[in-house]
Amino acid sequence: MLEKALKGSRGYGIWVALLLLLTGIGFFFYLRQLDYGLGITGMSRDVSWGLYIAQFTFLVGIAASAVMLVLPYYLHDHKAFGKITILGEFLAVSAVIMCLTFVLVDLGRLDRAMNMILHPSPKSILFWDMVVLNGYLLINIVTGWTVLESDKQGVPPPTWVKPLIYISIPWAISIHTVTAFIYSGLPGRGFWLTAIMAPRFLASAFASGPALLILFCLILKRFTRFDAGEKAIQTLAKIVAYALATSIFFVLVELFTAFYSQIPSHMNHLTYLFRGLEGHNMIANWMGVSAVTAVIALVLLIIPRTRTREPILALACCLVFLSLWIEKGLGLVITGFIPSPLETITDYIPTGPEIAITIGVWALGLLIVTVLYKIFVAVRTEK
Amino acid sequence: MAPTRRKFLQIAGIAAAGLVFPPLAKVLDSAQRPGTPTTAGLPPSVANTGSPLMAKRWAMVAIAGKCPSGCKDCIDACHRTHNVPDFGNKKDDVHWIGAEKMTHVFPAETHPRMPESIRDLSVPVFCNHCENPPCVRVCPTQATFKRADGIVMMDYHRCIGCRFCMAACPYGSRSMNYRDPRPFIPKTDPAFPTRTKGVVEKCNFCEERLAQGILPACVTACKEKALVFGDLDNPGSDVRRLLNEKYSLRRRADLGTGPQIYYIL
Amino acid sequence: MKLYNRGIILAGIVIFLIAASFPFWYGKGRAVSPPDLKLDTPAIERLQEKLCMEPAPFMRANHMRLLNDWRDSVVREGKRTYTAADGKIYEISLTGTCLKCHSNKDQFCDRCHDYAGAKPACWNCHIIPGEVR
Repeated sequence: MLEKALKGSRGYGIWVALLLLLTGIGFFFYLRQLDYGLGITGMSRDVSWGLYIAQFTFLVGIAASAVMLVLPYYLHDHKAFGKITILGEFLAVSAVIMCLTFVLVDLGRLDRAMNMILHPSPKSILFWDMVVLNGYLLINIVTGWTVLESDKQGVPPPTWVKPLIYISIPWAISIHTVTAFIYSGLPGRGFWLTAIMAPRFLASAFASGPALLILFCLILKRFTRFDAGEKAIQTLAKIVAYALATSIFFVLVELFTAFYSQIPSHMNHLTYLFRGLEGHNMIANWMGVSAVTAVIALVLLIIPRTRTREPILALACCLVFLSLWIEKGLGLVITGFIPSPLETITDYIPTGPEIAITIGVWALGLLIVTVLYKIFVAVRTEK
Repeated sequence: MAPTRRKFLQIAGIAAAGLVFPPLAKVLDSAQRPGTPTTAGLPPSVANTGSPLMAKRWAMVAIAGKCPSGCKDCIDACHRTHNVPDFGNKKDDVHWIGAEKMTHVFPAETHPRMPESIRDLSVPVFCNHCENPPCVRVCPTQATFKRADGIVMMDYHRCIGCRFCMAACPYGSRSMNYRDPRPFIPKTDPAFPTRTKGVVEKCNFCEERLAQGILPACVTACKEKALVFGDLDNPGSDVRRLLNEKYSLRRRADLGTGPQIYYIL
Repeated sequence: MKLYNRGIILAGIVIFLIAASFPFWYGKGRAVSPPDLKLDTPAIERLQEKLCMEPAPFMRANHMRLLNDWRDSVVREGKRTYTAADGKIYEISLTGTCLKCHSNKDQFCDRCHDYAGAKPACWNCHIIPGEVR
């Protein structure tokens, strides 16, 4: 089926070329990072994880797009999703590949990455994250591709796919849980040391993943002959609304615990995140945007009149994506390090090469989504 | 090929036997009082290494009250001994020992009404060689591990530079080589390897010196004798004597990490 | 049987064959003789019996594995002595033991590594004696 990605309209060609260019630029800067070391980024002794690991964390959430389609369709027979479960699986594939790439570009010694397999350490959460992410990637590639292949040939999917799809549901929960455990199991980092980290990850994932999926469905509807259908998109929009509400609720719960208990080691990070500490308020400004966009998006998604109007729905989904990207892809990781264990406040500002590499990985992911969606649309609209 | 392979197996067999039957030196050592220099006979071919210092549980007492303000003798000695680079900026900074304000090292144990002489103390901070080290737990390659004598070690050959340990350490004791450290080492000591860019490093309780029968560099460099090193499991050791006599603190002991640097004011 | 896309398939096969055989025809006629390793360092000259810890053929074939074992033994097990097959005991140290005799790293180690295209990473951290700034 891959050959279907090779032929396309002029717009498709330009888009793919642009993504290849951005990936190439990112790769160029990555070579410079390999040569110079991670010092080329804005990371420091105090803030030792930055944009890369934050993108990884956010994208684990995007990978949830698959389960939010698979679960209603295969467990509750929500027929409207039948047309687009593969889109969710393909988005998950691309998101997980981006996750893994971000972890790899974040390594100081990429040449030794195989040590994780040569010297497996079951006590390390990172080891388990590697296992669940690679497993999720495999499951989604296999199920998505096989179901599409059968579609193309006009036969029902082979019976062995069904169990794999059922496994993918708890497996999706596991990738968020394990990724949250990377943070929530660390002593001495009060910001992350919270039992609702995993539920928070799930809630924001079920908002950001489906929101991006809605946007992609609307794009496909506009530029191709594939229409996901009003019902599917509206169901997804309701999922986003509830998940977003839950996500906001969880953040408020965190704020209550920290600020009512007034324990400095928990409070200081949140103060830094939302108001800034000692004049360091760059992240706080971003979080302000995140909070406002989340509330606006929630209102737009709850009110039926706005939710059902496509342009407004698109706007709301953009806002959800932006808000949660700021929260997970920027704030959550960096703030864990500020203030440091020795109570110093070190600002983290990503550098140009670091941003170029980040854009490069995103472009790679979008390229994968583009190619997979192109194949999907070709198969579905040729019939 | 055949003789070579036989030979190799022979050697592997001897090496395996060495693991099963502890070397003679170790047996003799355990009979002695741990923590004191041992005279266990090593063959003359290794005589230059002296007799290794061994312990059941290495620990250090830092008598912070003795530290003169601005003194960096222990830091300099450590960093010289271990080829720790000096990048001259805070972002790339690598250090094994730091000097931090008392109020930052012990935020929960200090308060504004304490005498200024205490609040303004500059306290040396090290890797705490925790009894229950979070860095070891999180390391995905076992590049950092705890030895039987309590030293939390780094295997620089194995570290992949993921920096999970830096996030896990509640003391900020670990540094990443964000750049190639070699050009930034003021004076390279050929006796100790450098590190490469992309690996994490930290204090090793001078395990390489202990193996040669010498106390840690920071301990011998301190003119005030503010750093005392020894076996915590040996009731006769200097560290035990000090801990018996004086009230001591440990950094964030509430986290359950079991830090093995004890502070006396 | 008809072969579809004959041109593309044949071109692909030709390109593959050229690429796969590249090392053979690229190096053709440029036979490089194995390097002659220098064993005449002062330390070796002084030895009565010119022997390494283990027999030379074993060292030649297994020194890399031995060094890896040494590395793990010192760093991970804290075991710093090595008992050779003949019962002699040596301190485990790349720079202290190996290079004490083989003090001519460029003549001894590098020549053969260059010839074999091996790029050991030892010297990224370990310091070559006498090469201190």
